[in-house]
Amino acid sequence: MNLFTIAWKSVRQRRLASGLTALSIALGVMLMVLVLVISGAVEQAFGQRSIGYQLLVGPKGSDLQLVLSAVYRIQPPIENLPYMYYEQLKKDRRVQVAVPLAFGDVTEVGGFPIVGTTAEYFEHPYAPERKFRMRGKQIVQLFDAIVGAEVARFNNWDVGSQFSIKHGGADSEDVHDEKFTVVAVLEATGTANDRTVFLNLEGFYAIEGHEKPIDEAEKRLRDFYASEPDVLDNAIAQLEEYRRHQAESASAPEDHAHEHEKTPVAMKEVTAILVRTRSDFDAINLQSDLKKGFQAMAVNPIAPINRLMTNVLGNVQKALVVLTGMIILVSGISIFVSIYNSMSDRKKEIGIMRALGAQRTSVFAIVLAESAVLCFGGGVIGWLLGHGIAVVASPTVSMKTGLLLNPWAVNPWEFVLFPVMLILAVLVGFLPGMTAYKTNVADALQS
Amino acid sequence: MSLLLQDVTKSYREPGGRVLPVLSIEKYELVQGEQAVLVGSSGGGKTTLLNIISGILLPDSGKVVIDGRNIVEMPEAIRDRYRAIRIGIVFQTFNLLPAFTALENVLLGMSFSGRKVDRPFAENLLQRVGLAHRLNHSPSKMSVGEQQRVAVARALANKPVLLLADEPTANVDSDNQSLILNLIRDTCRENNVTLLMVTHSPEVAGAFSRVDRLRDFNRVVAGRKQEVSK
Ligand SMILES: Nc1ncnc2c1ncn2[C@@H]1O[C@H](COP(=O)(O)OP(=O)(O)OP(=O)(O)O)[C@@H](O)[C@H]1O
Ligand SMILES: [Mg+2]
Repeated sequence: MNLFTIAWKSVRQRRLASGLTALSIALGVMLMVLVLVISGAVEQAFGQRSIGYQLLVGPKGSDLQLVLSAVYRIQPPIENLPYMYYEQLKKDRRVQVAVPLAFGDVTEVGGFPIVGTTAEYFEHPYAPERKFRMRGKQIVQLFDAIVGAEVARFNNWDVGSQFSIKHGGADSEDVHDEKFTVVAVLEATGTANDRTVFLNLEGFYAIEGHEKPIDEAEKRLRDFYASEPDVLDNAIAQLEEYRRHQAESASAPEDHAHEHEKTPVAMKEVTAILVRTRSDFDAINLQSDLKKGFQAMAVNPIAPINRLMTNVLGNVQKALVVLTGMIILVSGISIFVSIYNSMSDRKKEIGIMRALGAQRTSVFAIVLAESAVLCFGGGVIGWLLGHGIAVVASPTVSMKTGLLLNPWAVNPWEFVLFPVMLILAVLVGFLPGMTAYKTNVADALQS
Repeated sequence: MSLLLQDVTKSYREPGGRVLPVLSIEKYELVQGEQAVLVGSSGGGKTTLLNIISGILLPDSGKVVIDGRNIVEMPEAIRDRYRAIRIGIVFQTFNLLPAFTALENVLLGMSFSGRKVDRPFAENLLQRVGLAHRLNHSPSKMSVGEQQRVAVARALANKPVLLLADEPTANVDSDNQSLILNLIRDTCRENNVTLLMVTHSPEVAGAFSRVDRLRDFNRVVAGRKQEVSK
């Protein structure tokens, strides 16, 4: 019987107390692991700190929200821009490239965000000096799709795979009828593009329900173009035409696809527009022009994120790590209290062992081993629990937040965790161990 | 000769700072294989004497020679190991470890000796004390008689040269008393183990041919303490 077996027996002897203390350590470690898994996911999601465009144009509102949805694909957009505005912007002499993005749904499997865009998106660098590389061909047909590397890996998709999409995010059970076909798989870029499904913008509009109700669209256009009467008149005319068409088709039903093709431009919307200007000066110029108006805003895509990361998330992350560290410490103290309290009950046991010839160092080691069993056992259980919960929760988390958890990715800090548990075990076991070490055998036997 | 005490003195320091002399023994001796019973008034120092013999307590002065070696002069770690190997102890209150089964209690005694744990021998010992069918029972599920028999087996686990028993039958009924007594005496005789047993029972003492009265060889006057003890 070695010292560990002896320690283990006495841990088992006090099952309840041992179980509870080990559990407290386990919960602490579990929380720590979860914090690390989540912050790993956050770090990965926000890993991209530059994009290949100077400006990101979207509706007036929160610049952070715009960047989160357009660059990091994490939050659904609140408001959109009329497609007509994209056409106008494209004609601006300061604008060299303008790529439209439209967001809405997620894939049925994996909950990956869906982005409608044009082939242009893949022709321009996604980050300075970094061009997309893909296996397959560009989006041409209405229901063509290009998928990111992570999407392809996760769903086991390849060129030729077909899929359908869910409407309106994670909570919805509403699966669209349209089947999309993967025409290309992007090589991994280390950006949100890896977990995005790109559709042909036209295909995106063709999905049932992606057009605004006509009255809502009209109201929005009237607001948006209040100061541009000719554009507004053109748009309203289109809507009127569309209303008339719908009334006709209601009496003589036609097939689905045909109906879609007639969706007027005025009813289409984009979520954001990626803009490359002819010069940096043009960028500043355009940005301040938009600032004066009320229609849209242009933001430097990465600045808000850097701000968020350094000012908020980074600190929150640190705070959480510190907090969970403290939880583990508190659990350590509770193990200490439990072992230390048990020492008075065990004075006799230790006396007996010593009378049987156990060395002082042996009884010290037995108590230390007990503490190690509790700390380490708790630690391992907590580690498994943490990753287990990450496995179970990752689909929900990625649907709700767009963050992709990698449940089994071991954060380097977790390797620190185990030596730390060992140190904790020694700290926790040391004083009770010394009590055991110093036990007066004759007294202990009489107690 | 397996046990020799020479010029052994022991006194306790009481909480008030007063010094309480308990033992002062010029010479006490047991030869190998001898069986002796030690009697004396309560508080006279019998347990103290056994603790000094086993090396659990150190005397203030004097020699305690077991199997040819003075354990007083040994470094503590060596003395602990010496105790594990040479001395078996049976306590009045059995002192089995509740977290361990009967067999494990016996194995535990072996594991502190630094020698290889001999499981068949441990099982054999338990069989000899009539507990072959209770090897894996926890002490708490055994009768007091059975518990004391486990304690006897444990004391013999390392094949000691000296067995010390402090009132081993004080807590068992009279049936078990003679059973355990015979068990201890027989196994000691079979293995040529020297036995020193403390008892308050005239019946137990009467069974021994050698009965030592502590006051006969202890020069500390026990009566001085009488009013303080129970
Ligand atoms: N650690 C101690 N500190 C102070 N005095 C002690 C200590 N241990 C024992 N004594 C005292 O020493 C004396 C001898 O004690 P001991 O236990 O050796 O007696 P005993 O002969 O075994 O008595 P009993 O027959 O009642 O078991 C007693 O008066 C006791 O109170
Ligand atoms: Mg006594």
